[in-house]
Amino acid sequence: MKPPRSERLSAFRPQIARLERRLFLKQGLSLGALSLLSGCTLKDDDAVDRLLLTMSRFNDRVQAALFDPAKLAPTYSEADVTTPFPFNAYYEEQDIPVIDGENYRLQVSGLIADKRPWSLGDLRALPQSSQITRLVCVEGWSAIGKWRGVAFRHFLERIGADLTARYVGFRCADKYYSSIDMPSALHPQTLLALDFTEAKYGYPLRLRLPTKLGFKNPKFIGEIFVTNDYPGGYWEDKGYNWFSGS
Amino acid sequence: MVGGADKPRTIHPLFVRVTHWVNAFAIFVMVLSGWRIYNASPLFGFEFPKDFTLGGWLAGALAWHFAAMWLLALNGLAYLAYGLVSGHFRRSFMPISLRGAFDDLLVAMRGHLNHAPGRYNAAQRVFYVGIILAVIVAILSGLAIWKPVQLQGLTALMGGYEAARVVHFFAMATIVAFLVVHIGLAVSVKGILAPMFTGRAEAQR
Ligand code: HEM
Repeated sequence: MKPPRSERLSAFRPQIARLERRLFLKQGLSLGALSLLSGCTLKDDDAVDRLLLTMSRFNDRVQAALFDPAKLAPTYSEADVTTPFPFNAYYEEQDIPVIDGENYRLQVSGLIADKRPWSLGDLRALPQSSQITRLVCVEGWSAIGKWRGVAFRHFLERIGADLTARYVGFRCADKYYSSIDMPSALHPQTLLALDFTEAKYGYPLRLRLPTKLGFKNPKFIGEIFVTNDYPGGYWEDKGYNWFSGS
Repeated sequence: MVGGADKPRTIHPLFVRVTHWVNAFAIFVMVLSGWRIYNASPLFGFEFPKDFTLGGWLAGALAWHFAAMWLLALNGLAYLAYGLVSGHFRRSFMPISLRGAFDDLLVAMRGHLNHAPGRYNAAQRVFYVGIILAVIVAILSGLAIWKPVQLQGLTALMGGYEAARVVHFFAMATIVAFLVVHIGLAVSVKGILAPMFTGRAEAQR
């Protein structure tokens, strides 16, 4: 990997963290997500783990209550953009999915009126806007980036989504998956991003919302669905807090 | 409940004892899980030894941190409210003087502790008020990191997201440094620790 230009140590920490995560992934598969939470026992149905999970659900509700749909994340200037932007995923950079934009179709499903798939041309025909905001990673580091695409609210309206539904879920070409609450999906800065510096950050389509942590911004999106059934997520199912609002 | 507050030999009110030990538990959970969170993306060129952290991995550490923060904050608010309303802060921490604290430290370094049961010396007063402020800064900078959008005013006050991380780190470091001295003295100076559980000063032998 290219050494980052920035002197800040945090810029290349994610790589180390990723190695660690891979190790824990193995454990996670054998022990189940529950027993990983407290880290102090290996029993599945441990009381401490249940308490921590209950608190995490409680924190979901607190964060939903704290979320102000009109409050905008701070924006920055082009000069503030972090270069190179840190790459972060549950796999290494060379393992990103390579998607043929010509044949790409975004699938949409669930509680929506119009289930026709979308080509990149269709998406580009919608009004585009851009933002320069800070992406905060659950690991603690942050980076400022620029993203351009379709306001997600506009897209949800176009597909006739039930805007009173509870969740919007995402299934991605890298087998990643995640979900967000509807109020965050409708936030004015939530973007279905088509343009960003490099393909490795999620070509051809990713979600960008500055009101949530980085792992709630799925990349390489293949399908978007609207539902009232809790869809969970890749990291969320392993114990990360689901709402993870900023 | 201010149970034993007015019994003659009680030097630590029940309310203070309960909130003190709840706080001690919450601080330990916050610090140890915080160290594990720090390791996921270290701010400085070192990591905390894994065996001295809580949570096993990042998600576990975050789960501990975001659970114990409620205990820390609510218990802390209760302690502050009690301390202000009951007059406990005024009685125990006032008058406060840096000069006096310095003199006490000099005396202590010559091997005499200026400690009488039921009365905090000048150094203790300064350190206790200082540690209460450090915990408040830790909580505020933690909120600034947790909610840099919803609480962006607070985050800006801390100098922005990245600066708030640094503030949070040094608030932790201050608390840990205090604890090393505080626990060291609590277990080594005779007749101090037990009254923090029982409330009663031990009979002079
Ligand atoms: C195992 C850990 C701890 C031990 C053994 C301990 C011990 C004690 C003892 C013995 C006293 C009474 C001192 C005296 O009468 O002269 C005391 C008071 C105090 N401790 Fe601790 N402590 C611990 C943890 C903490 C922590 C984590 C904090 C804060 C971050 C803290 C803050 C205070 C404060 C503010 C007081 C004064 C309380 C008041 O009167 O309102 N302590 N502690």
